[in-house]
Amino acid sequence: MDFTLTEEQQLLKDSVTRFLGDTYDFAARTTILATPEGQSAAVWAGFADLGLLGLPFSETDGGFGGGAVEIMLVMEAMGRALVVEPYLAEIVLTGAILRHAASVEQRAALIPALAAGECRMAFAHADPEARWHLAHVGTHAARVRGGYKITGEKVHVPFGAQAHRLIVSARTSGLIGARTGIGLFLVEADAPGVTRIEHRTQDGARIADITLSDVFVPDEAVLGDTAGALPAIERAYDEVIAALASEAFGVMDEAVSMTVEYLKTRQQFGVAIGSFQALQHRAAEMFVVLEEARSMAAYATMALSETDAAARSCAISAVKAHIACAARFIGQQAIQLHGGIGVTMEYKVGHLFKRLTVIEQQFGDRDHHLDLLANAESLLESL
Amino acid sequence: MDLRFTGEEQAFRAEVRAFIRAHLPAGFSQKLKQGRKLTRDEQTEWTRILHAKGWSAPHWPVEWGGTGWDPVKQMIFRDEIQQFPAPELLSFGVSMVGPVIYTFGSEAQKKRFLPRILTLEDWWCQGFSEPGAGSDLAALKTRATREGEHYILDGQKTWTTLAQHADWIFVLARTDPAAKKQQGISFLLVDMKSLGVTLRPIEMIDGSHEINEIFFDSVRVPVENLVGEENKGWDYAKFLLGNERHGQARIGLVKARLRRIRELAAGVPDGGRPLLENHTFRRKLAALEIQAKALEMTLFRVVADERDHEKGKPNPATSILKIRGSELQQATTELLMEVIGPAACLHHDDAGPEGYDWARGSMASYFNLRKLSIYGGSNEIQRTIIAKQILGL
Repeated sequence: MDFTLTEEQQLLKDSVTRFLGDTYDFAARTTILATPEGQSAAVWAGFADLGLLGLPFSETDGGFGGGAVEIMLVMEAMGRALVVEPYLAEIVLTGAILRHAASVEQRAALIPALAAGECRMAFAHADPEARWHLAHVGTHAARVRGGYKITGEKVHVPFGAQAHRLIVSARTSGLIGARTGIGLFLVEADAPGVTRIEHRTQDGARIADITLSDVFVPDEAVLGDTAGALPAIERAYDEVIAALASEAFGVMDEAVSMTVEYLKTRQQFGVAIGSFQALQHRAAEMFVVLEEARSMAAYATMALSETDAAARSCAISAVKAHIACAARFIGQQAIQLHGGIGVTMEYKVGHLFKRLTVIEQQFGDRDHHLDLLANAESLLESL
Repeated sequence: MDLRFTGEEQAFRAEVRAFIRAHLPAGFSQKLKQGRKLTRDEQTEWTRILHAKGWSAPHWPVEWGGTGWDPVKQMIFRDEIQQFPAPELLSFGVSMVGPVIYTFGSEAQKKRFLPRILTLEDWWCQGFSEPGAGSDLAALKTRATREGEHYILDGQKTWTTLAQHADWIFVLARTDPAAKKQQGISFLLVDMKSLGVTLRPIEMIDGSHEINEIFFDSVRVPVENLVGEENKGWDYAKFLLGNERHGQARIGLVKARLRRIRELAAGVPDGGRPLLENHTFRRKLAALEIQAKALEMTLFRVVADERDHEKGKPNPATSILKIRGSELQQATTELLMEVIGPAACLHHDDAGPEGYDWARGSMASYFNLRKLSIYGGSNEIQRTIIAKQILGL
């Protein structure tokens, strides 16, 4: 049982924090959000220079060999700065799909360009009717000479409209919802038959709804087993939820810091409002929730090294259900304790609240994960 | 970062568990599972079994009979005791007055009192709260007036847990009435057999006799029973209250109760199916298990921090453990009562219908454990500690 960071990890944490401190204050973020792309190529290049884009990939694949702890540190810092660039979706989630499903040759061909920030990739998985059920894949991959033809609809693909390449999940056999029969396909974003529509989300990010009609994918662009991709997808989602928990902790930590600072400076009735016990106790409860969220983010991070997939997924569901509650509580309290300024666009705390609210929904809300857990064995006996 | 316990720690956990299994007298565990209380003799018997193994005061310095275990091992020991469940060590001697004596007491006091705590030859109780001094402990009025080689003790203490068994009581008393609130208080060790000590039982909400009022009427306390310096008692009291660092989470009890709930729910009928198959119930149980995990991970962080960093300095994060530990104990007691359903309403003193023996006591425990968020510094006091000492408000 060890919660300490190695020297390299501490260094990584410091360098990310310094980089974001220098380039990504609230004003800079606001400017980025107002651009047509809604993300900054310069910031992404900065991430590449820092080695963040290659962080989770092994050195043999052209990465830097970072693990879950390194990602945790990066995501915490991203959360504090409310980074809108799709590090979570592109490097953590899509990266995990590559790491767990792609062949050595495919990894060698794709990862260096991803790590350099030259090729932008997105993972298109969510079916319009799936809500959060990972096996609910309706998109269909029909066998044709030399490859597959893919037809179907994907929704909420993070920054999917701006990606150069997509990884698309599609069913090669079985009924919708079946655990087997799902494959992963590498699709050029400008391939004939791909239509993408971009939407903004409440936290400033961009997502795409993607329609595929008879999109041809050659055999060499199949990632892994054409019918057995679900375990890799589940593993990738467990990894992204763990990373999301760390981001959520970063956002909440910033929200609590800003709130406590506000309580110390805002004067009413001739005193700092932080001298009122009603507000002190709310702030104390925020702190308790925050510390538990920190614990759960660490738990998620360490659970990723669990080899038993069922135990790992249980732990991750517990974390997501917990983080979703914490995010809602801290977000709402931060707004309430700030008063009127909290519900304006001009002040950061409202944007923290918005990000937290989106985080609740991402990759399964509290009810979804509580259901998964309720249907599984006891968490006490798993991990 | 690594969540796993080391091989040595895992072996230690197995050793503790095996020891409990081999040495815990028959019936003790069952009694605890049913929420019933051990007798004084039973508590003493178990303490002496642990003492024979050298485990009756794990966190004490080795020279006074401690184990030399690091905070992680201490936590594992406690966790195993609570999960088994076996009786926990009586806190008043081992966790409260013992550390005060070996930190601030005289050599004579150490030699006289510490060995008798290890074997529970002396059962201690705590004389802090008074009718007018609860959360505002420093408002206490009990007076100790110096008269030659004695203090004359006058006043009243209340909520004194298990004082009916006690041989000794540690008392906060005002020795300088002119001094400001926190100053002028001294820490005295008082023999319960002294002339002028009267005890009145207070019946708790579940009908149990756990707490008492104690009256001191011109009780003569030898000056050699003053701990440390006169008028410095408040410092020792703060040390004592901040000393119980990771013990407050009591996560082992929570885990044991959650397991018991699952076990019982598998056998409780719910319209022809086991309650355990009811999805609403399973969600409730899962939600509590998540909270238990969050508390346990937080406990791990506090304990690891204690192992890696400064020792002996009270950590305000302990307040988190107190708040969430008490809330979770209460929430699991509520769910236990809900599992049992209508049979939970049976009075625990009457024999229930055949097959419902396990149901007895669940509602009584629920009533009784409302105390957890009140005692040991109420949860509101803990929130004020967090606001002031951690957040700087």
